[in-house]
Amino acid sequence: MTDIATPVPGFQGDPYKIGHRHHGRAEVGPASTRIVVAYGFWLFLLSDIIMFSALFAAYAVLAGSTADGPTGRDLFETPRVAVQTVCLLLSSFACGLAAVAARLRSQVWTQIGLLITGLLGLAFLLLELQEFANMIAAGAGPSRSAFLSAFFALVGCHGLHITLGLLWLGTMMAQIYVKGFRPPILRRLACFSLFWHALDIIWVALFSVVYLIGAHT
Amino acid sequence: MQMLGKLSWDAIPLNEPIPLVASGLVAVVGLLVLAWVTFKGYVPYLWREWITSVDHKRIGVMYTLLAMVMLLRGFTDAIMMRAQQALAFDAPGYLPPDHYNQIFSAHGTIMIFFVAMPFVIGLMNFVLPLQLGVRDVAFPTLNSVSFWLTASGALLVNISLLVGEFARTGWLPFPPLSELQYSPGVGVDYYIWALQISGVGTLLTGVNFVTTILKMRAPGMGLLRMPMFCWTALATNLLIVAAFPVLTATLAMLALDRYLGFHFFTNEAGGNVMMFMNLIWIWGHPEVYILILPAFGIFSEVISTFSSKPLFGYRSMVMATMAICILSFLVWLHHFFTMGAGADVNAVFGIATTIIAVPTGVKIFNWLFTMYGGRVRFTTPLLWSVAFMVTFVIGGMTGVLLAVPPADFVLHNSLFLVAHFHNVIIGGVLFGAFAGYTYWFPKAFGFCLDERLGKIAFWFWISGFYVAFMPLYVLGLLGMTRRMLRYDVPEWHPWVLLAGFGAVLILCGIIVQIVQLVVSIRNREQLRDVIGDPWDGRSLEWATASPPPVFNFAVLPNVEGEEAYWGIKQRALSEQRLGEEPVYEAIEMPRNSPTGFITAFFATVTGFALIWQIWWMVMLGLVGAFATFVVFAWRDVVEYEFPAEEVARIDRERRRARAAALPTLRQPT
Repeated sequence: MTDIATPVPGFQGDPYKIGHRHHGRAEVGPASTRIVVAYGFWLFLLSDIIMFSALFAAYAVLAGSTADGPTGRDLFETPRVAVQTVCLLLSSFACGLAAVAARLRSQVWTQIGLLITGLLGLAFLLLELQEFANMIAAGAGPSRSAFLSAFFALVGCHGLHITLGLLWLGTMMAQIYVKGFRPPILRRLACFSLFWHALDIIWVALFSVVYLIGAHT
Repeated sequence: MQMLGKLSWDAIPLNEPIPLVASGLVAVVGLLVLAWVTFKGYVPYLWREWITSVDHKRIGVMYTLLAMVMLLRGFTDAIMMRAQQALAFDAPGYLPPDHYNQIFSAHGTIMIFFVAMPFVIGLMNFVLPLQLGVRDVAFPTLNSVSFWLTASGALLVNISLLVGEFARTGWLPFPPLSELQYSPGVGVDYYIWALQISGVGTLLTGVNFVTTILKMRAPGMGLLRMPMFCWTALATNLLIVAAFPVLTATLAMLALDRYLGFHFFTNEAGGNVMMFMNLIWIWGHPEVYILILPAFGIFSEVISTFSSKPLFGYRSMVMATMAICILSFLVWLHHFFTMGAGADVNAVFGIATTIIAVPTGVKIFNWLFTMYGGRVRFTTPLLWSVAFMVTFVIGGMTGVLLAVPPADFVLHNSLFLVAHFHNVIIGGVLFGAFAGYTYWFPKAFGFCLDERLGKIAFWFWISGFYVAFMPLYVLGLLGMTRRMLRYDVPEWHPWVLLAGFGAVLILCGIIVQIVQLVVSIRNREQLRDVIGDPWDGRSLEWATASPPPVFNFAVLPNVEGEEAYWGIKQRALSEQRLGEEPVYEAIEMPRNSPTGFITAFFATVTGFALIWQIWWMVMLGLVGAFATFVVFAWRDVVEYEFPAEEVARIDRERRRARAAALPTLRQPT
């Protein structure tokens, strides 16, 4: 994870004895809150990725079931998806810069970084909604075929995650503004950036499996 | 647009006396309890000490209580079905088809999701931090959220009794029957949202407990020094984290089909029904191990304690547990061999299924060898454990039989299958839960349960179980299928009556268990567990007082080997004195929080609104949930300090009781 918290007071080398696990020696009792929170959040992200994997599996099963309706080749606009991808990746970059700014305890730059993160995320979301609206208007809504059902559910679930991420981001910015860089706030910021980067990873899979393969077969 | 969506007075089953009276009774009893609590002025106490509590012990107790109350509901469904089938030979019976179908669906749903799950999660909640030698789980407030979300799901299932209807599709809503076209009512929607809400709770529990076990252990408590129950809990929670998201996704797809006209599992537009079977059983098969593994852990603790010996083959037990954890993901297809995947695919899954019997067999032998040569004390928890070993071996063998695809083609969906899974779930999970309940009750409340009544209840249960379910094997072989409303085969009738009698015996067992609880509470002074170690235990939960103080351990124990507490105890016994008094320090404890309760309130509102499609109320619920989240995130003081003098006072009391008891305890040989 991004190491944004200060070292534990009395830090002596390697508090968790990660490097030298002699049997029975390494167990020094409960880990610090920072470790516990990040660890739990990683587990949550893994479970979230498993949920996406179920949707990916459904998409893979149903991708050919177009019910004589439009296929990915007819529908997907590669330039739009390229712009979306750029938005999302830059948004994650801005999120990383915000994390650096938070480590330097710079209120202004953290807020600017997070604002850019949010705006780029919003741009991504609007592009996605516009794509959905165009498809539905063209008679290619989710009820047209099983393929489109799986498409809307998979891409929509990612979009829903982005939406929830934006709500979280707004709350986060307000908290940093009001409360400053306290340890709990920094832990949450670290969790948020984990979440945001994980959505990138899922988008990369979506981009490849759905759009790239779909637009060319 | 209608203000209340699909909801109207037609939703109340005024023309169906049975559900109306039953739900009316439940509502009246609920209101009476509420009125009594309010009248006696217990509300502030309950709010302060239980509802807003983030103490893992309190939450564990509430989970277990929820499971027991829901067990009564699920058992009522069971006995109604047995009565229907007993009467329905060449006759209509007393239940209309519509109602009967709801009953078998509710029975399965409730027993798995709202009895078995909360029971094992409750026991894990209570026991894990104590056995690991720490003060709480990794995320205490999240733990409270998990519990209340589970309770919210249970509440929705019970509301369906009075308002609307429950699913008629079985405990897993197989499409296309569960699609809007064939199930246009709100029954399946109740099922979906009750499970989605409680499923989120379960997932968060999984995240919480895996983090607790891997990151929060007493100093010196290496992974291979953990009690067996912690290992099985780790495997179970890893399975929860890996399997429950699939359930969420699958039910979400079904919901999209029903609400927005998607075509995941429909017959039209390319939908794929068998995809539902695959997805639901990729969750569903690990789910049965999620339930049974903690029970295996409980039996390991109980058998070792009451045989007065360390667990035989501890490391092979760890290996077996983790092997089951992995293999459980590789067998899902055996639930639908008849799908037509072909001989090769069926053979692979058949063989994988039989392989799971190997680690399970390792466990059985380990338990037997633990008892062999031990100083065995036949207390109630041990009786449950021995009964489990016999019963589970029978259930396991019929399972291996069903794993052979040609045999499965004959027995699929017959009562043989019903007998098999009740054999392993009752004989495994429920017996384990009862063993754990009796075993840890004194730790939770400071007094033991009445042993004599416990044994009577046990004998009713075990005899009732065999009388109720062995006939179902015979009926299955005679060709009777599951979920039958009525039948006209004379050979079946006596066996069905016998099974009904078995259910009555189980009812007697349940009544004795209730009496046992009441009598034990009344006689609590005689049954008092003064020193906190009533069974001559071996793991750390017995090192602290009964009930444990809110902080569990005044000083985190320093673990120096396997069976952490046993070592400390033997040293104290041989030296006839306790270790040196430690230096007491103030303890930081998490503050109580109503977040869980309020979140669950809004979840219930959202769920109910989604079921009846009251969209403004959905928005209200979601906004409320988000507001709760923000308020929770905004609080500044999350912990309070437990003063050192108070810690010292409480712990000195414990040490005094222990020191006084030292000469009277069984001395090391």
